[in-house]
Amino acid sequence: MSDKVLMKGNEALAEAAIRAGCRHFFGYPITPQTEVSAYMAKKMPKIGGVFLQAESEVAAINMVYGAGGAGARVMTSSSSPGISLKQEGISYIAGADVPCVIVNIVRGGPGLGGIQPAQSDYFQAVKGGGHGDYHLPVLAPSSIQEMVDLTSDAFDIADRYRTPVMIMGDGMLGQMMEPVEFKESQQVALPEKDWATTGTGMKRKKNIINSLFLTPNELEALVLERQKRYEQIAANETRYDMVDPEADIILVAYGTTSRIARTAIAMAKEQGLRVGLIRPITLWPFPFEAFEKSLADGKRKAFLSVEMSTGQMVEDVRLAVNGRADVHFFGRTGGMVPTPAEILEQIKLIAGGNK
Amino acid sequence: MRHDIIFAGFGGQGILFSGKVIAYAGMNENKNVSHLPSYGPEMRGGTANCHVIVADEEIASPIIVDATSLVVMNGPSLEKFENSVVPGGKIFVDSALISRKVERTDVDEYRIPATKMAHDMGLGKLANMIILGKVVKETGIFTFEQLEGAMKKMVPASRPELLENNMKALKAGYDYAE
Repeated sequence: MSDKVLMKGNEALAEAAIRAGCRHFFGYPITPQTEVSAYMAKKMPKIGGVFLQAESEVAAINMVYGAGGAGARVMTSSSSPGISLKQEGISYIAGADVPCVIVNIVRGGPGLGGIQPAQSDYFQAVKGGGHGDYHLPVLAPSSIQEMVDLTSDAFDIADRYRTPVMIMGDGMLGQMMEPVEFKESQQVALPEKDWATTGTGMKRKKNIINSLFLTPNELEALVLERQKRYEQIAANETRYDMVDPEADIILVAYGTTSRIARTAIAMAKEQGLRVGLIRPITLWPFPFEAFEKSLADGKRKAFLSVEMSTGQMVEDVRLAVNGRADVHFFGRTGGMVPTPAEILEQIKLIAGGNK
Repeated sequence: MRHDIIFAGFGGQGILFSGKVIAYAGMNENKNVSHLPSYGPEMRGGTANCHVIVADEEIASPIIVDATSLVVMNGPSLEKFENSVVPGGKIFVDSALISRKVERTDVDEYRIPATKMAHDMGLGKLANMIILGKVVKETGIFTFEQLEGAMKKMVPASRPELLENNMKALKAGYDYAE
Protein backbone atom coordinates (compact mmCIF):
# COMPACT_ATOMS: atom_id res chain seq x y z
CA MET A 1 0.00 0.00 0.00
CA SER A 2 2.99 2.26 -0.51
CA ASP A 3 1.05 4.23 -3.11
CA LYS A 4 -1.38 5.49 -0.49
CA VAL A 5 -0.81 8.69 1.43
CA LEU A 6 -2.49 9.90 4.61
CA MET A 7 -3.97 13.32 3.92
CA LYS A 8 -6.38 15.85 5.27
CA GLY A 9 -9.44 16.37 3.06
CA ASN A 10 -8.65 19.99 2.26
CA GLU A 11 -5.09 19.19 1.25
CA ALA A 12 -6.04 16.11 -0.75
CA LEU A 13 -8.61 18.15 -2.65
CA ALA A 14 -6.00 20.81 -3.46
CA GLU A 15 -3.49 18.20 -4.62
CA ALA A 16 -6.16 16.54 -6.76
CA ALA A 17 -6.95 19.90 -8.39
CA ILE A 18 -3.29 20.42 -9.25
CA ARG A 19 -3.09 16.92 -10.71
CA ALA A 20 -6.20 17.68 -12.75
CA GLY A 21 -4.31 20.54 -14.36
CA CYS A 22 -5.52 23.42 -12.23
CA ARG A 23 -2.81 26.09 -12.41
CA HIS A 24 -4.77 29.05 -11.14
CA PHE A 25 -6.22 29.37 -7.65
CA PHE A 26 -7.80 32.46 -6.17
CA GLY A 27 -9.04 32.37 -2.61
CA TYR A 28 -9.54 34.02 0.70
CA PRO A 29 -9.03 32.18 3.99
CA ILE A 30 -11.94 30.99 6.09
CA THR A 31 -12.27 28.10 8.54
CA PRO A 32 -12.73 25.16 7.93
CA GLN A 33 -11.25 25.23 4.40
CA THR A 34 -8.13 27.36 4.85
CA GLU A 35 -5.82 24.39 4.24
CA VAL A 36 -6.92 24.38 0.60
CA SER A 37 -5.49 27.87 0.18
CA ALA A 38 -2.43 27.09 2.29
CA TYR A 39 -1.64 24.03 0.18
CA MET A 40 -2.07 25.98 -3.05
CA ALA A 41 0.13 28.80 -1.71
CA LYS A 42 2.88 26.27 -1.03
CA LYS A 43 2.58 24.24 -4.24
CA MET A 44 1.54 26.58 -7.05
CA PRO A 45 4.74 28.67 -7.21
CA LYS A 46 6.79 25.45 -7.50
CA ILE A 47 4.94 24.26 -10.59
CA GLY A 48 4.61 27.54 -12.40
CA GLY A 49 1.00 28.04 -11.31
CA VAL A 50 -0.69 31.05 -9.82
CA PHE A 51 -1.81 31.28 -6.22
CA LEU A 52 -3.37 34.55 -5.25
CA GLN A 53 -4.93 35.47 -1.95
CA ALA A 54 -7.46 38.05 -3.04
CA GLU A 55 -8.62 41.00 -0.97
CA SER A 56 -12.04 39.40 -0.60
CA GLU A 57 -14.18 36.50 -1.76
CA VAL A 58 -15.86 38.83 -4.26
CA ALA A 59 -12.51 39.64 -5.82
CA ALA A 60 -11.47 35.98 -5.84
CA ILE A 61 -14.54 34.78 -7.74
CA ASN A 62 -14.10 37.53 -10.33
CA MET A 63 -10.47 36.51 -10.79
CA VAL A 64 -11.80 32.99 -11.40
CA TYR A 65 -14.18 34.46 -13.98
CA GLY A 66 -11.25 36.12 -15.76
CA ALA A 67 -8.90 33.14 -15.71
CA GLY A 68 -11.68 30.75 -16.74
CA GLY A 69 -12.61 33.09 -19.57
CA ALA A 70 -9.03 32.89 -20.79
CA GLY A 71 -9.38 29.10 -20.87
CA ALA A 72 -7.41 28.23 -17.74
CA ARG A 73 -8.34 25.41 -15.37
CA VAL A 74 -9.16 27.49 -12.33
CA MET A 75 -10.53 26.93 -8.85
CA THR A 76 -11.59 28.88 -5.80
CA SER A 77 -12.60 27.57 -2.41
CA SER A 78 -14.35 28.94 0.62
CA SER A 79 -16.81 28.08 3.33
CA SER A 80 -20.44 29.11 3.68
CA PRO A 81 -20.29 32.89 4.42
CA GLY A 82 -17.58 33.27 1.78
CA ILE A 83 -19.62 31.31 -0.75
CA SER A 84 -22.54 33.69 -0.15
CA LEU A 85 -20.23 36.57 -1.09
CA LYS A 86 -19.27 34.78 -4.31
CA GLN A 87 -22.84 34.30 -5.54
CA GLU A 88 -22.97 37.32 -7.84
CA GLY A 89 -19.80 36.16 -9.56
CA ILE A 90 -21.08 32.58 -9.82
CA SER A 91 -24.24 33.79 -11.57
CA TYR A 92 -22.12 35.87 -14.00
CA ILE A 93 -19.84 32.90 -14.67
CA ALA A 94 -22.83 30.64 -15.31
CA GLY A 95 -24.32 33.33 -17.57
CA ALA A 96 -21.09 33.62 -19.51
CA ASP A 97 -20.64 29.82 -19.83
CA VAL A 98 -17.21 29.84 -18.22
CA PRO A 99 -15.89 26.57 -16.78
CA CYS A 100 -14.44 26.64 -13.26
CA VAL A 101 -14.55 24.73 -9.98
CA ILE A 102 -15.88 26.23 -6.75
CA VAL A 103 -15.34 24.41 -3.46
CA ASN A 104 -17.64 24.91 -0.47
CA ILE A 105 -16.50 23.28 2.77
CA VAL A 106 -19.74 23.99 4.56
CA ARG A 107 -20.00 25.29 8.14
CA GLY A 108 -23.01 26.13 10.28
CA GLY A 109 -25.08 29.18 9.38
CA PRO A 110 -26.86 31.48 8.71
CA GLY A 111 -24.73 34.61 8.97
CA LEU A 112 -21.23 34.00 10.22
CA GLY A 113 -22.74 31.04 12.05
CA GLY A 114 -20.11 28.70 13.42
CA ILE A 115 -17.18 26.72 12.10
CA GLN A 116 -18.32 23.17 12.74
CA PRO A 117 -19.64 20.88 9.96
CA ALA A 118 -23.04 21.53 8.37
CA GLN A 119 -25.06 20.79 5.25
CA SER A 120 -27.28 23.83 5.49
CA ASP A 121 -26.06 25.30 2.18
CA TYR A 122 -27.91 22.63 0.17
CA PHE A 123 -30.62 25.00 -1.04
CA GLN A 124 -28.06 27.64 -1.97
CA ALA A 125 -25.98 25.13 -3.91
CA VAL A 126 -28.71 23.29 -5.81
CA LYS A 127 -31.51 25.82 -6.13
CA GLY A 128 -29.55 28.76 -7.47
CA GLY A 129 -27.67 30.80 -4.91
CA GLY A 130 -27.14 33.56 -7.42
CA HIS A 131 -29.88 35.01 -9.59
CA GLY A 132 -31.20 33.79 -12.89
CA ASP A 133 -32.08 30.57 -14.69
CA TYR A 134 -29.01 28.48 -14.02
CA HIS A 135 -27.79 25.37 -12.25
CA LEU A 136 -24.48 24.29 -10.83
CA PRO A 137 -23.53 20.65 -11.00
CA VAL A 138 -22.86 19.94 -7.30
CA LEU A 139 -20.62 17.01 -6.30
CA ALA A 140 -20.77 15.76 -2.71
CA PRO A 141 -17.96 13.41 -1.65
CA SER A 142 -18.23 11.28 1.48
CA SER A 143 -14.60 10.24 1.93
CA ILE A 144 -11.21 11.78 1.28
CA GLN A 145 -10.63 9.36 -1.60
CA GLU A 146 -13.90 10.42 -3.16
CA MET A 147 -12.94 14.08 -2.68
CA VAL A 148 -9.86 13.38 -4.77
CA ASP A 149 -11.71 11.46 -7.47
CA LEU A 150 -14.57 13.95 -7.76
CA THR A 151 -12.20 16.92 -7.99
CA SER A 152 -10.79 15.53 -11.20
CA ASP A 153 -14.33 14.85 -12.46
CA ALA A 154 -15.41 18.38 -11.52
CA PHE A 155 -12.86 19.96 -13.87
CA ASP A 156 -13.86 17.63 -16.70
CA ILE A 157 -17.59 18.33 -16.24
CA ALA A 158 -16.85 22.07 -16.14
CA ASP A 159 -14.91 21.94 -19.40
CA ARG A 160 -17.24 19.52 -21.18
CA TYR A 161 -20.41 21.51 -20.52
CA ARG A 162 -18.91 25.00 -20.09
CA THR A 163 -20.29 25.44 -16.60
CA PRO A 164 -19.11 26.31 -13.12
CA VAL A 165 -19.11 23.15 -10.96
CA MET A 166 -19.32 23.04 -7.18
CA ILE A 167 -17.71 20.51 -4.87
CA MET A 168 -19.59 20.55 -1.59
CA GLY A 169 -17.99 19.05 1.49
CA ASP A 170 -18.27 20.00 5.12
CA GLY A 171 -15.93 20.87 7.95
CA MET A 172 -15.49 17.24 8.91
CA LEU A 173 -14.43 16.10 5.43
CA GLY A 174 -12.14 19.11 5.13
CA GLN A 175 -10.36 18.43 8.39
CA MET A 176 -10.21 14.65 8.66
CA MET A 177 -7.40 12.45 7.37
CA GLU A 178 -7.77 9.19 5.47
CA PRO A 179 -5.50 7.25 3.14
CA VAL A 180 -5.82 8.37 -0.47
CA GLU A 181 -4.47 7.18 -3.74
CA PHE A 182 -3.88 9.56 -6.62
CA LYS A 183 -4.63 7.46 -9.65
CA GLU A 184 -3.17 8.28 -13.04
CA SER A 185 -6.00 10.23 -14.58
CA GLN A 186 -7.14 8.98 -17.92
CA GLN A 187 -7.05 11.64 -20.56
CA VAL A 188 -10.63 12.23 -21.57
CA ALA A 189 -11.44 13.95 -24.82
CA LEU A 190 -12.74 17.42 -24.07
CA PRO A 191 -13.95 20.06 -26.50
CA GLU A 192 -11.38 22.61 -27.56
CA LYS A 193 -11.77 25.98 -25.83
CA ASP A 194 -12.14 27.92 -29.05
CA TRP A 195 -14.34 30.43 -27.22
CA ALA A 196 -11.58 31.52 -24.79
CA THR A 197 -10.14 35.02 -24.82
CA THR A 198 -6.58 34.03 -25.62
CA GLY A 199 -5.70 36.82 -28.07
CA THR A 200 -6.68 36.76 -31.73
CA GLY A 201 -3.12 36.88 -33.07
CA MET A 202 -4.80 38.86 -35.87
CA LYS A 203 -5.94 35.47 -37.20
CA ARG A 204 -9.48 35.10 -35.93
CA LYS A 205 -12.49 37.10 -34.83
CA LYS A 206 -12.56 38.39 -31.29
CA ASN A 207 -13.95 36.10 -28.59
CA ILE A 208 -16.12 37.95 -26.10
CA ILE A 209 -17.00 36.65 -22.63
CA ASN A 210 -20.10 38.39 -21.38
CA SER A 211 -23.32 37.81 -19.49
CA LEU A 212 -25.20 40.96 -20.56
CA PHE A 213 -27.78 40.45 -23.33
CA LEU A 214 -30.32 43.26 -23.58
CA THR A 215 -32.40 41.77 -26.38
CA PRO A 216 -34.93 39.41 -24.74
CA ASN A 217 -35.19 36.89 -27.58
CA GLU A 218 -31.41 36.65 -27.78
CA LEU A 219 -31.17 36.08 -24.01
CA GLU A 220 -33.99 33.55 -24.10
CA ALA A 221 -32.26 31.58 -26.83
CA LEU A 222 -29.03 31.50 -24.80
CA VAL A 223 -30.82 30.42 -21.63
CA LEU A 224 -32.69 27.68 -23.49
CA GLU A 225 -29.48 26.43 -25.09
CA ARG A 226 -27.98 26.24 -21.62
CA GLN A 227 -31.03 24.31 -20.37
CA LYS A 228 -30.31 21.73 -23.08
CA ARG A 229 -26.82 21.35 -21.68
CA TYR A 230 -28.31 20.92 -18.20
CA GLU A 231 -30.45 18.10 -19.60
CA GLN A 232 -27.32 16.47 -20.99
CA ILE A 233 -25.61 16.85 -17.61
CA ALA A 234 -28.61 15.21 -15.92
CA ALA A 235 -28.51 12.36 -18.44
CA ASN A 236 -24.75 11.78 -18.38
CA GLU A 237 -23.37 12.96 -15.07
CA THR A 238 -25.89 12.00 -12.37
CA ARG A 239 -24.13 9.96 -9.70
CA TYR A 240 -25.35 8.06 -6.67
CA ASP A 241 -24.62 5.08 -4.51
CA MET A 242 -27.17 2.62 -3.14
CA VAL A 243 -27.10 0.05 -0.36
CA ASP A 244 -29.95 -2.48 -0.25
CA PRO A 245 -32.48 -0.31 -2.16
CA GLU A 246 -35.16 -2.96 -1.56
CA ALA A 247 -35.06 -2.64 2.21
CA ASP A 248 -38.22 -1.66 4.10
CA ILE A 249 -36.88 1.74 5.06
CA ILE A 250 -34.44 3.75 2.95
CA LEU A 251 -32.20 6.41 4.44
CA VAL A 252 -31.22 9.23 2.12
CA ALA A 253 -28.01 11.00 3.08
CA TYR A 254 -24.96 12.55 1.43
CA GLY A 255 -21.41 13.42 2.45
CA THR A 256 -20.45 13.03 6.09
CA THR A 257 -24.02 12.23 7.10
CA SER A 258 -24.14 9.22 4.77
CA ARG A 259 -21.27 7.67 6.73
CA ILE A 260 -23.04 8.11 10.02
CA ALA A 261 -26.17 6.69 8.35
CA ARG A 262 -24.19 3.58 7.37
CA THR A 263 -23.25 3.01 11.01
CA ALA A 264 -26.91 3.45 12.00
CA ILE A 265 -27.94 0.96 9.30
CA ALA A 266 -25.52 -1.63 10.72
CA MET A 267 -26.94 -1.04 14.21
CA ALA A 268 -30.50 -1.43 12.88
CA LYS A 269 -29.55 -4.70 11.22
CA GLU A 270 -28.39 -6.06 14.57
CA GLN A 271 -31.89 -5.32 15.87
CA GLY A 272 -33.54 -7.11 12.98
CA LEU A 273 -34.47 -4.04 10.96
CA ARG A 274 -33.74 -3.97 7.25
CA VAL A 275 -32.66 -0.47 6.24
CA GLY A 276 -31.08 0.67 2.98
CA LEU A 277 -29.37 3.82 1.79
CA ILE A 278 -29.52 6.11 -1.20
CA ARG A 279 -26.49 8.39 -1.23
CA PRO A 280 -26.67 11.20 -3.78
CA ILE A 281 -23.17 11.95 -5.06
CA THR A 282 -24.46 14.66 -7.38
CA LEU A 283 -26.86 16.87 -5.42
CA TRP A 284 -27.67 18.58 -8.70
CA PRO A 285 -28.55 16.78 -10.84
CA PHE A 286 -30.46 14.99 -8.08
CA PRO A 287 -30.45 11.20 -8.61
CA PHE A 288 -34.17 10.66 -9.27
CA GLU A 289 -33.25 7.41 -11.02
CA ALA A 290 -32.15 5.86 -7.71
CA PHE A 291 -35.62 6.47 -6.28
CA GLU A 292 -37.32 5.04 -9.37
CA LYS A 293 -35.26 1.86 -8.98
CA SER A 294 -35.98 1.63 -5.29
CA LEU A 295 -39.70 2.28 -5.73
CA ALA A 296 -40.14 0.01 -8.75
CA ASP A 297 -41.63 -2.95 -6.86
CA GLY A 298 -43.99 -0.76 -4.80
CA LYS A 299 -42.86 -2.26 -1.52
CA ARG A 300 -40.94 0.58 0.13
CA LYS A 301 -42.43 1.62 3.44
CA ALA A 302 -40.65 4.90 4.04
CA PHE A 303 -37.72 7.14 3.20
CA LEU A 304 -35.83 9.06 5.85
CA SER A 305 -33.71 12.03 4.80
CA VAL A 306 -30.88 12.58 7.29
CA GLU A 307 -29.09 15.91 7.05
CA MET A 308 -27.03 18.41 8.95
CA SER A 309 -29.71 21.03 8.33
CA THR A 310 -33.31 21.66 9.35
CA GLY A 311 -34.57 19.89 6.24
CA GLN A 312 -33.40 20.92 2.78
CA MET A 313 -32.62 17.85 0.68
CA VAL A 314 -35.81 16.29 2.05
CA GLU A 315 -37.74 18.52 -0.40
CA ASP A 316 -36.00 16.83 -3.33
CA VAL A 317 -36.59 13.44 -1.70
CA ARG A 318 -40.32 14.26 -1.60
CA LEU A 319 -40.24 15.24 -5.28
CA ALA A 320 -38.47 12.00 -6.12
CA VAL A 321 -40.78 9.79 -4.05
CA ASN A 322 -43.81 11.76 -5.24
CA GLY A 323 -46.29 10.29 -2.79
CA ARG A 324 -45.38 6.66 -3.38
CA ALA A 325 -44.07 6.15 0.19
CA ASP A 326 -43.83 8.11 3.43
CA VAL A 327 -41.02 10.64 3.60
CA HIS A 328 -39.52 11.52 6.97
CA PHE A 329 -36.79 13.87 8.03
CA PHE A 330 -34.18 13.91 10.76
CA GLY A 331 -31.48 16.51 11.11
CA ARG A 332 -29.15 18.33 13.43
CA THR A 333 -27.88 21.78 12.60
CA GLY A 334 -25.63 24.63 13.69
CA GLY A 335 -22.53 22.44 13.59
CA MET A 336 -24.06 19.52 15.48
CA VAL A 337 -23.50 16.16 13.84
CA PRO A 338 -26.22 13.50 14.17
CA THR A 339 -25.17 10.40 16.09
CA PRO A 340 -25.84 6.87 14.84
CA ALA A 341 -27.99 6.29 17.95
CA GLU A 342 -30.20 9.29 17.12
CA ILE A 343 -30.72 8.02 13.57
CA LEU A 344 -31.46 4.52 14.86
CA GLU A 345 -34.12 5.98 17.15
CA GLN A 346 -35.82 7.59 14.13
CA ILE A 347 -35.61 4.32 12.21
CA LYS A 348 -37.31 2.52 15.09
CA LEU A 349 -40.06 5.14 15.29
CA ILE A 350 -40.75 4.71 11.58
CA ALA A 351 -40.57 0.92 11.78
CA GLY A 352 -43.01 1.04 14.69
CA GLY A 353 -45.51 2.95 12.60
CA ASN A 354 -45.08 6.38 14.18
CA LYS A 355 -44.70 9.41 11.98
CA MET B 1 -9.56 -6.14 14.38
CA ARG B 2 -10.92 -2.74 15.18
CA HIS B 3 -9.55 -0.05 17.48
CA ASP B 4 -11.39 3.21 18.24
CA ILE B 5 -8.94 5.47 20.04
CA ILE B 6 -9.54 9.00 21.32
CA PHE B 7 -6.47 11.15 22.04
CA ALA B 8 -7.06 14.29 24.09
CA GLY B 9 -5.07 16.97 25.86
CA PHE B 10 -3.99 20.60 25.54
CA GLY B 11 -3.17 22.11 22.17
CA GLY B 12 0.60 21.90 21.68
CA GLN B 13 1.10 18.52 23.38
CA GLY B 14 1.23 16.72 20.05
CA ILE B 15 -2.18 15.11 20.49
CA LEU B 16 -3.05 15.25 16.79
CA PHE B 17 0.38 13.93 15.88
CA SER B 18 -0.02 10.93 18.21
CA GLY B 19 -3.21 10.09 16.40
CA LYS B 20 -1.53 10.57 13.07
CA VAL B 21 1.19 8.06 13.97
CA ILE B 22 -1.43 5.42 14.75
CA ALA B 23 -3.39 6.21 11.57
CA TYR B 24 -0.23 6.17 9.49
CA ALA B 25 0.96 2.88 10.97
CA GLY B 26 -2.47 1.40 10.30
CA MET B 27 -2.34 2.51 6.69
CA ASN B 28 1.16 1.07 6.45
CA GLU B 29 -0.26 -2.30 7.57
CA ASN B 30 -3.05 -2.17 4.95
CA LYS B 31 -5.79 -1.41 7.47
CA ASN B 32 -8.62 1.03 6.95
CA VAL B 33 -7.97 4.15 9.00
CA SER B 34 -9.53 7.52 9.76
CA HIS B 35 -8.21 10.47 11.77
CA LEU B 36 -10.73 13.10 12.78
CA PRO B 37 -9.33 16.11 14.66
CA SER B 38 -11.14 18.72 16.67
CA TYR B 39 -10.58 22.12 15.12
CA GLY B 40 -11.18 25.78 15.76
CA PRO B 41 -11.25 27.79 18.99
CA GLU B 42 -11.71 24.60 21.01
CA MET B 43 -8.01 23.95 20.35
CA ARG B 44 -6.82 27.19 21.95
CA GLY B 45 -6.41 26.66 25.68
CA GLY B 46 -9.10 24.01 25.81
CA THR B 47 -8.89 20.40 24.84
CA ALA B 48 -7.48 19.30 21.51
CA ASN B 49 -8.59 15.85 20.55
CA CYS B 50 -8.69 13.43 17.70
CA HIS B 51 -10.63 10.29 16.92
CA VAL B 52 -8.58 7.56 15.27
CA ILE B 53 -10.08 4.35 13.94
CA VAL B 54 -8.01 1.43 12.66
CA ALA B 55 -10.06 -1.45 11.30
CA ASP B 56 -10.06 -4.44 9.00
CA GLU B 57 -13.51 -3.54 7.71
CA GLU B 58 -14.53 -0.33 6.00
CA ILE B 59 -15.00 2.59 8.37
CA ALA B 60 -18.47 4.16 8.18
CA SER B 61 -18.73 6.99 10.69
CA PRO B 62 -15.31 8.41 11.64
CA ILE B 63 -16.79 9.81 14.85
CA ILE B 64 -16.06 7.59 17.82
CA VAL B 65 -19.04 6.98 20.06
CA ASP B 66 -17.63 3.97 21.92
CA ALA B 67 -13.88 4.27 22.36
CA THR B 68 -11.87 1.09 22.91
CA SER B 69 -9.01 3.23 24.22
CA LEU B 70 -8.65 6.76 25.54
CA VAL B 71 -5.39 8.67 25.93
CA VAL B 72 -5.58 11.77 28.12
CA MET B 73 -2.86 14.33 28.72
CA ASN B 74 -4.77 16.84 30.83
CA GLY B 75 -7.44 16.89 33.51
CA PRO B 76 -10.29 18.41 31.45
CA SER B 77 -9.87 15.66 28.85
CA LEU B 78 -10.35 12.94 31.44
CA GLU B 79 -13.53 14.71 32.62
CA LYS B 80 -14.78 15.05 29.08
CA PHE B 81 -14.05 11.59 27.69
CA GLU B 82 -13.97 9.16 30.63
CA ASN B 83 -17.52 8.04 29.85
CA SER B 84 -16.83 7.58 26.12
CA VAL B 85 -14.88 4.39 26.78
CA VAL B 86 -16.58 1.00 26.40
CA PRO B 87 -16.67 -1.32 29.42
CA GLY B 88 -13.45 -3.32 29.32
CA GLY B 89 -11.72 -0.50 27.44
CA LYS B 90 -8.41 1.12 28.31
CA ILE B 91 -7.64 4.59 29.62
CA PHE B 92 -4.07 5.89 29.41
CA VAL B 93 -3.33 8.79 31.75
CA ASP B 94 -0.29 11.09 31.86
CA SER B 95 0.05 10.83 35.65
CA ALA B 96 2.58 13.66 35.76
CA LEU B 97 -0.21 16.05 34.74
CA ILE B 98 -3.34 14.37 36.05
CA SER B 99 -3.46 13.50 39.73
CA ARG B 100 -6.97 12.14 39.90
CA LYS B 101 -7.62 8.49 39.22
CA VAL B 102 -10.06 7.16 36.71
CA GLU B 103 -13.38 6.82 38.50
CA ARG B 104 -14.80 4.02 36.42
CA THR B 105 -14.18 0.51 37.66
CA ASP B 106 -15.16 -1.29 34.45
CA VAL B 107 -12.13 -0.11 32.46
CA ASP B 108 -8.37 -0.68 32.72
CA GLU B 109 -6.38 2.36 33.80
CA TYR B 110 -2.73 2.78 32.83
CA ARG B 111 -0.89 5.59 34.57
CA ILE B 112 2.41 6.73 33.11
CA PRO B 113 4.23 9.95 34.09
CA ALA B 114 5.02 10.69 30.45
CA THR B 115 5.65 14.42 30.75
CA LYS B 116 8.07 13.90 33.67
CA MET B 117 9.82 11.05 31.85
CA ALA B 118 10.25 13.18 28.73
CA HIS B 119 11.72 15.96 30.84
CA ASP B 120 14.09 13.62 32.69
CA MET B 121 15.24 11.99 29.47
CA GLY B 122 15.84 15.33 27.78
CA LEU B 123 13.15 14.53 25.23
CA GLY B 124 11.43 17.90 25.52
CA LYS B 125 7.97 17.68 24.06
CA LEU B 126 7.88 13.96 23.32
CA ALA B 127 5.63 12.95 26.23
CA ASN B 128 3.01 12.18 23.59
CA MET B 129 5.31 9.56 22.04
CA ILE B 130 6.12 8.02 25.44
CA ILE B 131 2.44 7.51 26.21
CA LEU B 132 1.88 6.27 22.67
CA GLY B 133 4.50 3.56 23.21
CA LYS B 134 2.49 2.36 26.20
CA VAL B 135 -0.72 2.41 24.13
CA VAL B 136 0.83 0.26 21.43
CA LYS B 137 2.14 -2.19 24.02
CA GLU B 138 -1.09 -2.58 25.97
CA THR B 139 -3.53 -2.61 23.06
CA GLY B 140 -1.37 -4.82 20.86
CA ILE B 141 -2.56 -2.77 17.91
CA PHE B 142 0.90 -3.00 16.29
CA THR B 143 4.19 -4.66 17.10
CA PHE B 144 7.03 -2.33 18.03
CA GLU B 145 8.68 -3.17 14.72
CA GLN B 146 5.56 -2.14 12.80
CA LEU B 147 5.50 1.12 14.74
CA GLU B 148 9.16 1.71 13.96
CA GLY B 149 8.56 0.97 10.28
CA ALA B 150 5.82 3.59 10.17
CA MET B 151 7.92 6.19 12.00
CA LYS B 152 10.77 5.68 9.54
CA LYS B 153 8.42 6.53 6.70
CA MET B 154 6.80 9.46 8.51
CA VAL B 155 9.89 11.31 9.69
CA PRO B 156 11.83 12.97 6.86
CA ALA B 157 15.14 11.23 6.13
CA SER B 158 16.83 14.62 6.39
CA ARG B 159 16.08 14.70 10.13
CA PRO B 160 17.65 11.51 11.56
CA GLU B 161 17.84 13.02 15.07
CA LEU B 162 14.05 13.45 15.04
CA LEU B 163 13.52 9.79 14.28
CA GLU B 164 16.04 8.76 16.92
CA ASN B 165 14.38 10.86 19.65
CA ASN B 166 10.88 9.75 18.71
CA MET B 167 11.93 6.10 18.79
CA LYS B 168 13.65 6.60 22.16
CA ALA B 169 10.42 8.06 23.55
CA LEU B 170 8.23 5.33 22.07
CA LYS B 171 10.54 2.65 23.46
CA ALA B 172 10.55 4.22 26.94
CA GLY B 173 6.75 4.11 26.97
CA TYR B 174 6.61 0.65 25.47
CA ASP B 175 8.95 -0.74 28.16
CA TYR B 176 7.46 1.23 31.07
CA ALA B 177 6.18 -0.87 33.94
CA GLU B 178 4.01 0.73 36.60
